[in-house]
Amino acid sequence: MTIAAPYTARRMPRSPIPGFPLALGFTLFWLGLIVLLPLAGVFFKTATLGPAEIWSIASSDRVIAALRLSFGTALLAASMNAVFGLLVAWVFVRYEFPGKRLFDAAIDLPFALPTAVAGIALTALYAPNGWIGSLLQPLGVKVAYTPLGIVVALTFIGLPFVVRTVEPVLRDIEREFEEAAASLGASRWQTITRVILPSVVPSLLTGFALAFARGVGEYGSVIFIAGNVPFVSEIAPLLIVIRLEEFHYAGATTIAAVMLVVSFAMLLAINALQAWSNRHRSRNATAAAKEH
Amino acid sequence: MTTTNTAAITRVTHGSAITESPWVRYLLIVLALAFLAGFLLLPLVSVFTEALRNGLGTYVEALTDPDALAAIKLTLIASAIAVPANLIFGIAAAWAITKFEFRGKTFLTTLIDLPFSVSPVVAGLIYVLMFGASGWARPLLDTTNIQIIFAVPGIVLATIFVTFPFVARELIPLMQEQGTDDEQAALSLGANGWQTFWHVTLPNVRWALLYGVLLCNARAMGEFGAVSVVSGHIRGKTNTMPLHVEILYNEYNFAAAFAVASLLAGLALVTLGLKSLLETRYGSELARSQKH
Repeated sequence: MTIAAPYTARRMPRSPIPGFPLALGFTLFWLGLIVLLPLAGVFFKTATLGPAEIWSIASSDRVIAALRLSFGTALLAASMNAVFGLLVAWVFVRYEFPGKRLFDAAIDLPFALPTAVAGIALTALYAPNGWIGSLLQPLGVKVAYTPLGIVVALTFIGLPFVVRTVEPVLRDIEREFEEAAASLGASRWQTITRVILPSVVPSLLTGFALAFARGVGEYGSVIFIAGNVPFVSEIAPLLIVIRLEEFHYAGATTIAAVMLVVSFAMLLAINALQAWSNRHRSRNATAAAKEH
Repeated sequence: MTTTNTAAITRVTHGSAITESPWVRYLLIVLALAFLAGFLLLPLVSVFTEALRNGLGTYVEALTDPDALAAIKLTLIASAIAVPANLIFGIAAAWAITKFEFRGKTFLTTLIDLPFSVSPVVAGLIYVLMFGASGWARPLLDTTNIQIIFAVPGIVLATIFVTFPFVARELIPLMQEQGTDDEQAALSLGANGWQTFWHVTLPNVRWALLYGVLLCNARAMGEFGAVSVVSGHIRGKTNTMPLHVEILYNEYNFAAAFAVASLLAGLALVTLGLKSLLETRYGSELARSQKH
């Protein structure tokens, strides 16, 4: 009864709290003015071009090469992040070690460090005379000024997305499930692959998608390390900038429209993944509650 | 029943059935920390070593250069406008979304997050399309003689766009958790709407608000791509700190570029320190997703 009372109060059909028209009105006005209206402009501008011109721009070799590079490197970097992000999240949730607090704070560095700073720092490290680049040089591996450099920059940018989405889910897993699996004769490896991993998969995919979405559009950290050679290491956002500098607005907006459509699709996918992940979490929680 | 279970489990758990062997544990920790050190800490360290490579004299000279000072000033101005704008928006949006029930609420929340999935370059482009030389909102400007693109207002607009969701997304989950009971109590005791907001809601969310402002400010001061597109790169006039870093770097003036970059890296470190402090000290007063 004591639990039921505030619950029904919150579900009251008409809230007694004032300020709804003002708050919602201001929210919609500001959202429309700053975000929606300007974004819609991209599609209006693209629509005025006509299908033939849109197609000739979007299917030109240089645009296709740039889009392929942006999506390919973002996919590779997000995969790297999925593997190492899961490892880092696991180690931080399950083990104790010296310097844990410091490293934990460092995980968010890519969120806080301006992308241009990350870009020039990574370039300095991976250039042939840099700390890491000079070690890789004798092995014949070139990172800076190649597509590999783009993957390095995008891995840096995307890491916290995976770690921070997987961590809370790993922390929520009831140790009782692992104990039950173990007491039923499962080896540690079986417990990890059959019990722990399946409950982490939705959040891992969410983190992967977030890192991927961020990587596709990333600009600041990439342009310093990429080398920016057309057809080889020229990312799609850079091609937009180049078209703008040539005052070739149709070219810039068409590429932007393609990227926006993909971002919207990614956003919807991420929302669906998050909903799935939350359902998964609450189902595990209720299952655990029933066990007790 | 439970006693036999526990007995069985304790028997099994003496082995390595619910944790990994010390060697595996050690290996995973080393692997994770090596990855973090190589990918996150090394770039950070290299910013400061590169900045001081030619001695403290060059470092100070680079920072006291009139163009550098102008860039610092513009960065401070842009974030001094963008952060409060997003703060007010964030509070209004969170108030509307968490204190009331209405249709399309989930959709509205998704739209608020939209700027995070848009490439920074596209974020700049949308304002160029709107207010640039042949922009569709140009007629509005011609009567007032205001310059937006290649001027300070454009930089502020682009900064507001890329930092748009920060405050709202910290507040919404927390205020959702807190419900409306406190506000209803205050109102039933005779407080008016503003009093309820100032004396009840705001103190309840102050640390989450500060957390959001912190992240918003870090991004506002460090934004590169969006600002780069609208700025026009006029030295001493429309260059922010990250843009100044780029110009110096492209002129092969590496020591000066890294000197300015080290200021931004310092800002990132301060942000991470404060963020970590907020999480450990006021973790219970932040949204559930932020409790590390």
